Amino acid sequence: MSEIDANTDRKARLSTLAQAPAARLAALWQAFGRTPEHDMLRPPEIGTVMVRGRAGAVGAPFNLGEMSVTRCSVRLRDGAVGHGYVQGRDKQAACTAALIDALAEAGEAEALEAAILRPLREEAAARRTARAARAAATKVEFFTMVRGEG
Amino acid sequence: MYVAVKGGERAIDNAHAWLAEERRGDRAVAEMSVAQIREQLSLAVNRVMAEGSLYDPDLAALAIKQARGDMIEAVFLIRAYRTTLPRFGASEPIDTGAMTCDRRISATFKDAPGGQILGPTFDYTHRLIDFALAAEGDAPDAPQTTPQTGKTPHITEFLAREDLIQTEPAGTETPRDLTREPLDFPADRALKLQALTRGDEGFVLSMAYSTQRGYGRNHPFVGELRVGQLPVEMEIPELGFAIELGDITVTECETVNQFTGSKTEPPQFTRGYGLVFGHTERKAISMALVDRAMRWQELGEDNVGAPAQDEEFVLSHSDNVQATGFLEHIKLPHYVDFQSELELIRRLRAEAMATRAQEAAE
Repeated sequence: MSEIDANTDRKARLSTLAQAPAARLAALWQAFGRTPEHDMLRPPEIGTVMVRGRAGAVGAPFNLGEMSVTRCSVRLRDGAVGHGYVQGRDKQAACTAALIDALAEAGEAEALEAAILRPLREEAAARRTARAARAAATKVEFFTMVRGEG
Repeated sequence: MYVAVKGGERAIDNAHAWLAEERRGDRAVAEMSVAQIREQLSLAVNRVMAEGSLYDPDLAALAIKQARGDMIEAVFLIRAYRTTLPRFGASEPIDTGAMTCDRRISATFKDAPGGQILGPTFDYTHRLIDFALAAEGDAPDAPQTTPQTGKTPHITEFLAREDLIQTEPAGTETPRDLTREPLDFPADRALKLQALTRGDEGFVLSMAYSTQRGYGRNHPFVGELRVGQLPVEMEIPELGFAIELGDITVTECETVNQFTGSKTEPPQFTRGYGLVFGHTERKAISMALVDRAMRWQELGEDNVGAPAQDEEFVLSHSDNVQATGFLEHIKLPHYVDFQSELELIRRLRAEAMATRAQEAAE
C-alpha cells in the first residue's frame, strides 16, 4: 500500500473515532475484547481547537470560536504508535481511539474495521440520513394560485 | 481606592450554601439532569456555546444548570473554564457549502436550487401557549421522506457567477484573535466577525434592528439562511495530514444588500455575513446586518453617524461578560470610596452654607 493510501485510511479511521459517541465507542471497544499493553506517549489531555470560518463563506478566514477536543498518544510494546483525537472532554474515549489507531497501525486494521469502525460509520450515516429525511419532509412545494397581471 | 477588609467569610459561605439549595428548588420536584438540559433546552445551550465561544453542548448544559438558567452567568462560566485549557491549534476554515442542512431558506429566490427547506422552525407557528406540553406525553414522530443528496449550493454563488454581487476579498490566512490580543482600532473584518459571533444576542439584535429603523439603513434581504451540521478539520502535526475532529451545528446567514455603485465599482449587490455556533438564527441574521453596517468605509458609503456604523461603539459593547463584569462590580463594597465622597460632600455643603449665611448677613 502506498503512503497516500495509508494516510487516507488512517485519516478516515481517526475522523470516525473523533466523532463517535463516547458510550458507543466504549461498548464496541469492550466487545472487541483487547487491551494491548502500551506506554502513554502523551497522557489524555483536554484542550480546545479554534474553529475558523470565512467571511461571506468564501472570503478571509476569521475565528468563529473554540471547540473542546481531547487527545492522547500511546505506543504498543511492538513499537506501533497510535494517536487519538476526540470531540469533547472524554479522556477514556481519547485513549481508546489512540489504542485502536495503534493496533490498526500494527496490522489489525481489518479486524478493527469490521468490529468497530464500520459499525460507527454506519450508525453515523444512519443518524445523518434520519435528519436529512426529516429535513426533506419540510421542503416547500410551491404552486402558483393566481399570478397578478401588470 | 480599594482597601482589603476581612470579615464576612461566614456570611459568604452561608450565602453560597443557600444558593445551592435555591438552585435545587423544591426537592419534591425531580432534579434536572445535564442531559435533559442539553436535549430539551437546546436553543439555550446553543446560545451559551455561541456567546461562551466554546462548542461543547454538555459543558454549556452544565453551566446553565449551575447558573440557575441565568444565561450571561452561564456564558461567564464557560469563558472562565475555556481559559484553563490549552489550545491545540486552529481548524481549516469550515466549508459551509458542504453543510448537511436541517434548514435552508432564501427570501430572495423562490426556486433556489436545493429548495426551501423549513426545518424545525418556530416560523409559521401561532405563538399560542401549548398546554399539551404541560401534560406528560411523548412527542409525535416527525414525517420523513427521501433525503436529498449532494451539496446545497450557496445562493450568492449564482449572483457571483454573473458578477452581480461583490466578491469577498481574501485576507490573511491567520486572522487576528481578540481572545489573544487586546482589541484595538481600526479592527479588520475578521476581528469584527469574531466579536459579533460571540457578542450578546440582545445587543447584536438591537444594533441590527436600529439599522432597519433608519440608523444606518442598508436594505438587507436574507439571501440565504442555513442551519446544519458540518465537519471540522484540523491538520495534526504528528501525523502530517488533516483529520475531522468533530461535527458541529452552525447557523449561517448571507444578506444581499442594495448598492448603487461608486466611482470605482459598477452597480452591484453587497453582502453581510453571519455565522454562529448552534441553531441561532436570530443572532446570525443580526450579525449579518451589523457586519454590513460596519462595512460602510470599505464600500465607499457615507458615515451617517449611526451607532451600528461605529465599530468602536459596537465592538466595545458587544461582549456581555465584559459588560456585566464592569456593571455588576459597582454593587461590591465601595465603602472607602464612598466614605471619601461623603466627607467631600459634607465639606462642600458646609462651605456653601457658610457662604450663603455670610451673604445673607451682608
